[in-house]
Amino acid sequence: MGALTLNFFLPRLVPGDPVSILIARMSQNGAPPPGERAALTKLLGLGHGNLFVQYGQYLDQLAHGNLGISVTNFPEPVTQVIASGLPWTLTLVGVSTVLSFVIGTGLGALAGWRSNRFLTALAPATTFLTAVPYFWLALLFLYLFGVIWQVAPLNGGYDSSLIPAFDGPFILSAISHSIIPALTIVLAQLGGWMLSMRNMTLLTRSEDYVIAASAKGLTPRRILMGYAGRNAVLPSVTGFAISLGFVVSGSLIMEIVFSYPGIGYLLLQAVQNSDYAQMQGIFLVITLAVLGANFLVDILYGFVDPRTRQSA
Amino acid sequence: MSTIPTTAAVGADNLADAGGRRDLRRTLRRLTSSPQMVVGVIVLAIFVIAAIVGPIAIPNPDALVGPSLAPPSLQFPLGTTQSGQSVLSQVIVSAQGTLIVGFAAGLIATVIGLIVGVGGAFIGGIADDVLNLITNVVLVIPALPLVIVISANLAAKGYTTSIIVIAVTSWAGGARVLRGLTLSMRSRDYVAAARVSGERTWRIVVVEVLPNLLAFILSSFIFSVVFAILTQAGLAFIGLDSPSDQTWGNMLYFAQNSEALSSGAWWWFVPPGLAIALVGTALTLINLGLDSIINPKLRAAVRTRRPRKDAS
Repeated sequence: MGALTLNFFLPRLVPGDPVSILIARMSQNGAPPPGERAALTKLLGLGHGNLFVQYGQYLDQLAHGNLGISVTNFPEPVTQVIASGLPWTLTLVGVSTVLSFVIGTGLGALAGWRSNRFLTALAPATTFLTAVPYFWLALLFLYLFGVIWQVAPLNGGYDSSLIPAFDGPFILSAISHSIIPALTIVLAQLGGWMLSMRNMTLLTRSEDYVIAASAKGLTPRRILMGYAGRNAVLPSVTGFAISLGFVVSGSLIMEIVFSYPGIGYLLLQAVQNSDYAQMQGIFLVITLAVLGANFLVDILYGFVDPRTRQSA
Repeated sequence: MSTIPTTAAVGADNLADAGGRRDLRRTLRRLTSSPQMVVGVIVLAIFVIAAIVGPIAIPNPDALVGPSLAPPSLQFPLGTTQSGQSVLSQVIVSAQGTLIVGFAAGLIATVIGLIVGVGGAFIGGIADDVLNLITNVVLVIPALPLVIVISANLAAKGYTTSIIVIAVTSWAGGARVLRGLTLSMRSRDYVAAARVSGERTWRIVVVEVLPNLLAFILSSFIFSVVFAILTQAGLAFIGLDSPSDQTWGNMLYFAQNSEALSSGAWWWFVPPGLAIALVGTALTLINLGLDSIINPKLRAAVRTRRPRKDAS
């Protein structure tokens, strides 16, 4: 509820008038008819009454699943605009997040388990990766793969000559446009997962039950998978669930670098055009995603770690 | 998250132990025993020196000194920008702005987190509930809307705005961790003893709890600084910072907007990002070194690595 309220007031504190922007844009194609301003104001739900009346109307509309009309993509409803961007972000960032979690946690467990020279050498590299700005990595890859080797497309989510549809050429084009952005996300997140898993594995190694397991003569592989790893992965699972909530908003700037048609790009558009309705809608989706993920963490944690159930 | 108190307990006891001896030389030897710490401090020191000396040695980094987009040469070790400015001069001078924003925002965020987290956990009751609710709300709000609101309402765009915006949006994570640690510390025997012997709450917080939290506060501070530097770079990169500020993020913004990528001018956008990544890495290394010093469990695990490998 607090989030909804903030969501309503924040964009309204910003100077700038969306109706004027829209009128100005329409004026480029000849003078708009008189009375257009009043009609637009009504249409965008900005008009009547003070902020509180508007707030009441906002909540009412929200309850009916109506998020208003986008100024940027006039006259499309915001729900439609978001629905067009969300699948891109969810697929790209979702898949990359899962990939980097699986790879990073696996490598981290191995690095913590035995002193492999290769993995030990990898540790400083991953520290470096966690400190690299996402979008700079994106720029670098774009330069290397797009400009120098010319193996990847420079921007967009698909070949603009194709019409979005579920057919072979379109899906192929979408995949080829997403490989470099995905690589960026995976690499940028990898270090964090690896580091936390490595540390947790190191900690669990000295636990009594691990020593007991090795005293019993179990194979190191079995101890790692069945005893140490299962306990060491707990904090990472929490982190993973939280990061799922940030799938929607996490790669905002990276989407801008790649001109990828996802949520981040839509938000930038909305901000540049003082498009309150679109901003609100996107904030709502982002907020709901994070809230949902936090809720998931609470449930999940009681499930995977019985100890927290007792103490709570 | 449930593992943090365990780590905290071990680290805190160990730290209290070190403080009890008050043996500076021993602490110093411990600090230098961690190679991560040594490397991190050296790299950070280089950038801090650049930040202090740079603006004095190079009074005007925007001076037009050479041809447009000259590749690296003896005269211009990192080449020139589109308008013929020396990239090297800009990178050196920008260290100051970036580090000031990073450290100031990190410091403010840590102080807010400390007051809200530790204060809330100790006062308890409704105050704690309210503070915890605020923390969770701030954790959920995406940073970008707050950024827009504040920078639109403050007349002066620049360092101060960036610092406040980043601090206000980034304290919640630290507050949450510190609250958890304080809650676990509150139920320790020595705190109970202090309470029974009639010590006042603020005295318990300052004398009994804060010293034991010191390492975690420091670690939270370093993390906040890394976050602030990355956020500042991101904000500047999408053009939400004053363009006259000398920061690495702004350099990237200008490089991106002047099509440095497609004209192949890698020497323009690689150095600023690399500088951000190096400072971030140095800080992360210091944090890791700190971790291995205050957490004997991690150290013990490292020490026993070799014999166990021989045995298997």
